[in-house]
Amino acid sequence: MSVKDKVILIIAEQGLLDVADVSLSATLEDLGIDSLGVVESIFAIEEEFDIEVPFNANAPEESEFDISSVATIISAVETLVAEQT
Amino acid sequence: MNRVVITGAGTINALGATVPETLQAMREGRLGIGPLHMRDLDRLSVKIGAQIKDFDPEIYFDRQKLALYDRVTQLTFMASREAMAQSGLEITDELSESTGVVLGTAAGGMNTWDDNFRSVYEDGKNRVHPFVVPKLMNNAAASHLSIAYNIKGPSLTVSTACASSNHAIGLAFQMVRSGMAQVMLAGGADAMLTFGGIKAWEGLRVMSKTACRPFSANRSGMVQGEGAGIFVLETYEGAKARGAEILAELIGFAMTSDAGDIVMPNQQGAVRAMRGALCDARLDPQDIGYINAHGTGTAANDKTECAAVQEAFGSHAQDLMMSSTKSMHGHLIGGTGAVELLACLMALRDGVIAPTIGYEHPDPNCALDVVPNVARQAKVRATLSNAFAFGGMNAVLALKAF
Repeated sequence: MSVKDKVILIIAEQGLLDVADVSLSATLEDLGIDSLGVVESIFAIEEEFDIEVPFNANAPEESEFDISSVATIISAVETLVAEQT
Repeated sequence: MNRVVITGAGTINALGATVPETLQAMREGRLGIGPLHMRDLDRLSVKIGAQIKDFDPEIYFDRQKLALYDRVTQLTFMASREAMAQSGLEITDELSESTGVVLGTAAGGMNTWDDNFRSVYEDGKNRVHPFVVPKLMNNAAASHLSIAYNIKGPSLTVSTACASSNHAIGLAFQMVRSGMAQVMLAGGADAMLTFGGIKAWEGLRVMSKTACRPFSANRSGMVQGEGAGIFVLETYEGAKARGAEILAELIGFAMTSDAGDIVMPNQQGAVRAMRGALCDARLDPQDIGYINAHGTGTAANDKTECAAVQEAFGSHAQDLMMSSTKSMHGHLIGGTGAVELLACLMALRDGVIAPTIGYEHPDPNCALDVVPNVARQAKVRATLSNAFAFGGMNAVLALKAF
């Protein structure tokens, strides 16, 4: 499974959605994921890919990890995974 | 209904080992937060905290006591010895049954949990010390105070996360006011600056890696601290009869629940708690000169707390002062309200308002007088002390100068 598919699966599980309902342009808010859900999703991503995600819930917009949409999250995870190897 | 006064105060925290040391640090706006010292620090992503330094328990407790006293109990004793000495109170056999103790703690004997989990899980040991359970139980500190001071009345520990101490002091206040007890020791403590304790907080991603800057636009989260605060509460009649010095009068308490989110604060819950405390104290909003804020330095708390103060106090919100001393002593979790009450005593007794240090940039969402960076002289007749906990449990105390 690709990074993209794995991230979508994690987000779908968090939002109690079908994978097909997670569009790349959606924000986490669109998918019904609140701030605690964001923190839990990031934890799941870290566990899945064995990476450290730089994210402070106090200032999500200032974090290096861009969570503004599903697409930006996938791209950020791909970068972190690439940096790791 | 008895009037309830405070006749003794004690503390130990990152700012000082006594109340005078702590208040001096608050006057100077001194920072108690610094690099953490502990094992496995390289595995933590948060490496700062408000740790108590230079505390050697072996100076204060014998070997048998240390086998039973977790760090949280040790800190509680340091604070209670100071508070009892200041009050001059002797708990005679006659007074014993109408004296109690209510303490607040979120984590209880965290160091004992941490050390013994490591021992059985990491080191693979199959045996732990026989006193692990009585050492880590959340009521251990309250029980040991009861034993040490011959306290035979109502004693218990409350655990409401970051509001634990305020709930404890509030309940003790109600017990003295109602006549259930003549004297109460009240306050709280936490000592969760352990590897596991910090790891747990890291997980929530609300911790700052740099500093605690409440109400400042560039705030980046909370910073954990540790310590204890203990107060002697008694009836005004009793204090007067024995000629005790009265530090302040406790006049109101309210607690509310948000019935909302498990971690996000709620403006209405906070408003109801502040209004409730004012009502219980029979004060008008304009009587309050200073609020010791919950002021954790997280985006969510500070914005919500300021909006709640605006709503509860109306136009007077612009006239009162509100500071967060967590910027100096860190967030003592369950013990925080007790140490923060000292800032209220200083405001009422000495006319000195403790500052919010680390304040750099105004935040339009926190447009109140947060006493930035430098302490201020001001005459204050009444104060509130706020605590808004995870779990949506809020507790606000009201005090009056005596």
